Amino acid sequence: MKKILILFSHPKFEKSRANTALVNHIKDIEGVTFHDLYERYPDFNIDVSAEKKILNAHDIIIWHHPFYWYSCPPLMKQWIDMVLEFGWAYGPNGNALQTKTCLNVITTGGSRKVYCSEGSNSFTVRQFLRPFEQTANLCGMEYLPPFAVMETHKLSDSDLRDYALKYVELITLLKQSLSNSDCEGFSFINDIPKLNTL
Amino acid sequence: MTGSILFEAIVFLLGAIICVSIAKKLGLSSVIGYLLAGVLIGPYVLGFIGKEGEDILHFAEFGVVVMLFLIGLEIEPKNFWNMRKTILGMGGLQVGGTMLLSYILFALLGFDWKVALVISMAVALSSTAIAMQTIKEKGLMNTTFGSSSFSILLFQDIIVIFMLGFIPLLSNTDDNASAEKHSEHANLLETLPIGFQTLAIILSVVLIIIAGRYLIVPMLRKVAKTGVRELLIAAALLIVFSISFLMEYVGISPALGAFLGGVVLSNSEFKHELESTLEPFKNLLLGLFFMAVGASINFIVIANSPLEIGGVLIAIVVIKALVLFIAGHVFKLKLDQKLLLTFSLAQIGEFAFVLLSFAFGLNILSQDQMDMMLVITALSMSLTPIIGIINERFILPKIGTKESIKRPTDHIAKSQKIILVGFGHFGNTIGRFLRSHGVEATILDHDSNRVDFLRKMGFEVYYGDATRLDLLESAGIAEAKIIICATNKIEVSKAISKIVKEKYPHVEMMIRTKNRYDAYELLNLGHENIYRESLETSLTLAKDVLSRMGFRKYTLNRQVQNFIKYDEDSLRRLASEPKQEDNYIFKARKELEQQEKFLNEDFKRGIVDFDSHWDSEHIRQVLEKTKEE
Repeated sequence: MKKILILFSHPKFEKSRANTALVNHIKDIEGVTFHDLYERYPDFNIDVSAEKKILNAHDIIIWHHPFYWYSCPPLMKQWIDMVLEFGWAYGPNGNALQTKTCLNVITTGGSRKVYCSEGSNSFTVRQFLRPFEQTANLCGMEYLPPFAVMETHKLSDSDLRDYALKYVELITLLKQSLSNSDCEGFSFINDIPKLNTL
Repeated sequence: MTGSILFEAIVFLLGAIICVSIAKKLGLSSVIGYLLAGVLIGPYVLGFIGKEGEDILHFAEFGVVVMLFLIGLEIEPKNFWNMRKTILGMGGLQVGGTMLLSYILFALLGFDWKVALVISMAVALSSTAIAMQTIKEKGLMNTTFGSSSFSILLFQDIIVIFMLGFIPLLSNTDDNASAEKHSEHANLLETLPIGFQTLAIILSVVLIIIAGRYLIVPMLRKVAKTGVRELLIAAALLIVFSISFLMEYVGISPALGAFLGGVVLSNSEFKHELESTLEPFKNLLLGLFFMAVGASINFIVIANSPLEIGGVLIAIVVIKALVLFIAGHVFKLKLDQKLLLTFSLAQIGEFAFVLLSFAFGLNILSQDQMDMMLVITALSMSLTPIIGIINERFILPKIGTKESIKRPTDHIAKSQKIILVGFGHFGNTIGRFLRSHGVEATILDHDSNRVDFLRKMGFEVYYGDATRLDLLESAGIAEAKIIICATNKIEVSKAISKIVKEKYPHVEMMIRTKNRYDAYELLNLGHENIYRESLETSLTLAKDVLSRMGFRKYTLNRQVQNFIKYDEDSLRRLASEPKQEDNYIFKARKELEQQEKFLNEDFKRGIVDFDSHWDSEHIRQVLEKTKEE
């Protein structure tokens, strides 16, 4: 059974309907560590050695965050900048994260339609997530396609519940084992057959 | 005329108000003011009060009773245990040494050995009232001098119980004249055979201890349950009154009973409640006591044998001072602390009145002997503040901890850029943090022990009054970039700021203030860098409360920053508002008005609703609205 670390970053979680629904369903699952970065480091003063210890104890790392301005909230960037140290996460002897798996779980206001070359956002979500993908690559982690809850402003409560249940299924799958070979041809992990047959 | 209580009250209050404000204006201790007022209104000058001081003293002793109750409250057995070495050591040395020397003195003067012994006991005791009042007024409680004085006084307060138990054994058993002579003061003790008197005293002490545990505390619990605040005040006074009455009935000092009662209650949950309730009574009643001491100086006795009294007075003060100095030396006090101790306890205290009249009642002392000793006691008490001033103004500046020490070549960076005034709780955190960044501040402090310690730790420290231009100059104010006022005395900060503004305007000032009212003053003097010590700490606490209630920490963090900004803005806005009354008396009312203003402003501002950053709900609503249109 793989251990999952959810690095959750939301500067105003208390006002997020979508994320409240998602988090409520997954935070207490066994084998899942829900790590609420904005609550843990409200002053942005990240305890790097504590974070490394947590990372060492997990196999799968989920960057769970709203998709602000085509990226993550600032504290998560701060986390990446500070924790993924040279000589530890990358570079010579920087192999602490190798063999781990990594993915983004995001919520967006825009629909899939606007995230394409013809849409108003011009690029796909996958393209916007390139920096995270490459970060994972550099650290020797396997990077899976993102789990995305999109058009959050339009989702009804029951839509959100469906997404949350799907998130739970995803976690169950990840705990057993899920790799890029299961995701061949899909830009979003939401769509892979394994997740939709369960 | 003097018969009217109202008239007497008016005379006392007026005397106190006039003389104490004059004393304060002259920079003297309030004790001098009270004593002077007493002399003025007493029988020998204006003659407003009493034919003899004794009656007044008897009534005024209640101030001492309340004070000792409060002192007793502060002595938790645990603290007592921690201080046992100084209390027993210094106290024992002081009482033993003084008794020995003054016994020799009085024996040489030809007094009977019993008389000499009783007088030497009385002489050994110092005045808790005067010494503690002065120490608290000067803010020296936390210095080694302060705690040594406290220890010695404490030892005396305890030993006096044994003295009172011992004195009856000296009584001339065959003499019945005493009971006749003082029939109006008849009490239980005098009706008992001598051996039982000691027993009675011990019994009443035990009674107080038991009553405290099993009677007073349960009563206070009941009273507290009613939730009526004035009942607690009533209960507090009732306790003190009853103990005093009991002790008086038994025939020993009410003050001692109160002290014991205080010790018994110091472990109870009502300790602080009782303290805050009785504090205001204490101060006024002590003032009354000092006035009574002044009024009781019998100038006729002095006039009759001025040389004898003067001689004995000086001899006693010298003996007490000598013994205190030696005690300070044995316990390795610094020279200036030693001198402070020497001069502030070198008087005969209020317990002498108790001991002497007790011995008089037992017919050990004659009327003449008692009169003489009472006058000497009152005079020695009046002398203390005067000696204190001489010490403070003329002796201390010459000796004691040097203002600065020339360090040999190893001195760290001569051109210190930062001067830090005050290295107490607040300043020391600043100093440590600066030092952890390799910034060595030059420190100014007035606690000589701390100064020596800091010097040992390698700090550059100047000792003395930081409001003196020459001291600031030798600390290098001319080359300084910043001066930090970390003292909690706003007067000191204001005085420094005045000097700096006038003479060294290029030096930036950063000033700690207690509250917003001090901050107003400094803002109006043109200072911008004001640090209110309570603002951020209280907000941090409030933040943690809200966090435990489920609010998100990051949001709270941002709101705290906003609140500080908002509060600082309003501080500056309100500071610039014209003030109608700058009088101290109106401060309390003004504070309330301001509180009201703030609460109203907060109310208008509403519950700090979170801004709309990162609020998708807000976006959704706007989107929906545009769709509808």
